[in-house]
Amino acid sequence: MAEAIKLETPLGAREIERLRIGDKVLLNGEIYTGRDAAHKRLVEQLQRGEPLPFPLEGAVIYYVGPAPAKPGMAIGPAGPTTSYRMDPYTPALLEQGLKGMIGKGNRGKEVREALKRHKAVYFISTGGAAALVAERIKRAELVAYEDLGPEAVQRLIVADFPVIVANDIYGGDIYEEGKKRYRKEPVL
Amino acid sequence: MRKIKASELIGPVKQALQEINFDTPAETMESLRRAWKTEVSEAGRGVLEDIVKNREIAAKKRLAMCQDTGMAVIFVELGQEVHIEGPIEEALNEAVRQAYEEGYLRKSVVADPLFDRKNTRDNTPAIVHFRLVPGEQLKLIVAAKGAGSENMSTVKMLTPAAGVAGLKRAVVEFVEQAGPNPCPPIVVGLGIGGDLELAALLAKRALMRKMGQRNPDPRYAKLEEELLEAINRTGVGPQGLGGINTAMDVRIEYFPTHIAELPLAINIDCHLHRHKEIVI
Ligand code: SF4
Repeated sequence: MAEAIKLETPLGAREIERLRIGDKVLLNGEIYTGRDAAHKRLVEQLQRGEPLPFPLEGAVIYYVGPAPAKPGMAIGPAGPTTSYRMDPYTPALLEQGLKGMIGKGNRGKEVREALKRHKAVYFISTGGAAALVAERIKRAELVAYEDLGPEAVQRLIVADFPVIVANDIYGGDIYEEGKKRYRKEPVL
Repeated sequence: MRKIKASELIGPVKQALQEINFDTPAETMESLRRAWKTEVSEAGRGVLEDIVKNREIAAKKRLAMCQDTGMAVIFVELGQEVHIEGPIEEALNEAVRQAYEEGYLRKSVVADPLFDRKNTRDNTPAIVHFRLVPGEQLKLIVAAKGAGSENMSTVKMLTPAAGVAGLKRAVVEFVEQAGPNPCPPIVVGLGIGGDLELAALLAKRALMRKMGQRNPDPRYAKLEEELLEAINRTGVGPQGLGGINTAMDVRIEYFPTHIAELPLAINIDCHLHRHKEIVI
């Protein structure tokens, strides 16, 4: 398989244009955690015209609610959560310049259209391999919504954080492609 | 009559909850390694390699395999000749509290499901199912169920006319539609018959069986095997990236039902498959 592409955050349009579904990417720099409850708050703040707790321009959001860190560790196990639950909030964030999301599982049609329109990508990471990926997270600090516990927004510093491009700006979808390729008819 | 203090349950249940989050039973590891070896898709093999390596790290460092350490689900089979002294549910919740706090496990429970959704901050309450059985034994099955796979679960009230063919179609279609979301390679638990709530409970109970343990009725055992094969023909594959290992196992539990009903519950479990039996 082709070698992994190294990328630094924040992401720019030129880097996004290069990416195709199935590409292995190693992310470096800052990414932000955010899942259900944090997304709800971010979008409510946008609707009220309030400033957001972190800049969305070029940003990558990781759909994760980490487990608590053991003493001496930067973060606890921190694998991706299922992404479709964030679909209702995603187009509004893409409009504000969000360039990448990391999660697992497929996205709805509206999100996929919005990715094309706003030139952004959806990455995936292996679900349930949380102790493994946590080793690539070097630092974690609280940014906002502390009261949400594991759902608070944190800034993570990652080094060669491994992800795969699942939806690109050309309308590709890794899950549809994969299933088509390995399906055996008749299934039943 | 045998007497057991409720507080005696705290230690063993706490230990089981931590173990199922850190350790992998031999038969699950074997299934995962077999999938890794047989998988034809390169992306699928990559995922299985991640999953196996992750389990090795988790066991060695005593870390949770997944950040979603689940909601605790506990099946209690209480022998009728046993008297439990003290409140048993309180003891089980205390076990959850201690296991999650001391084990650095994530607290993933909200107190109110609809309105304020405030985290209870200690992962309680557990979901507890009691059953009275003859004898002097107390058996507990302790599980941790994550939301990724629980959300990909359902009850369908089929009509008797659906028959075997209709039931198979319903299962395969549902699993295929769940696709990558429940973190394949999955285990599929099916509850057939009973009524609405019993079908769901049977499906969950089916997940508590051992990997590869077939239903004792040969017709249901054959159905389990046929469904496993069909699910693995869908192409969904490990983490939905395509491949021949979508499910590791399909298990069925059934119960008599009404002349006009054919309830079918589908409860999917992710590749973590965290549960353990303890006998007190
Ligand atoms: S479905 Fe299982 S492996 Fe996947 S994120 Fe949830 S708990 Fe973890």
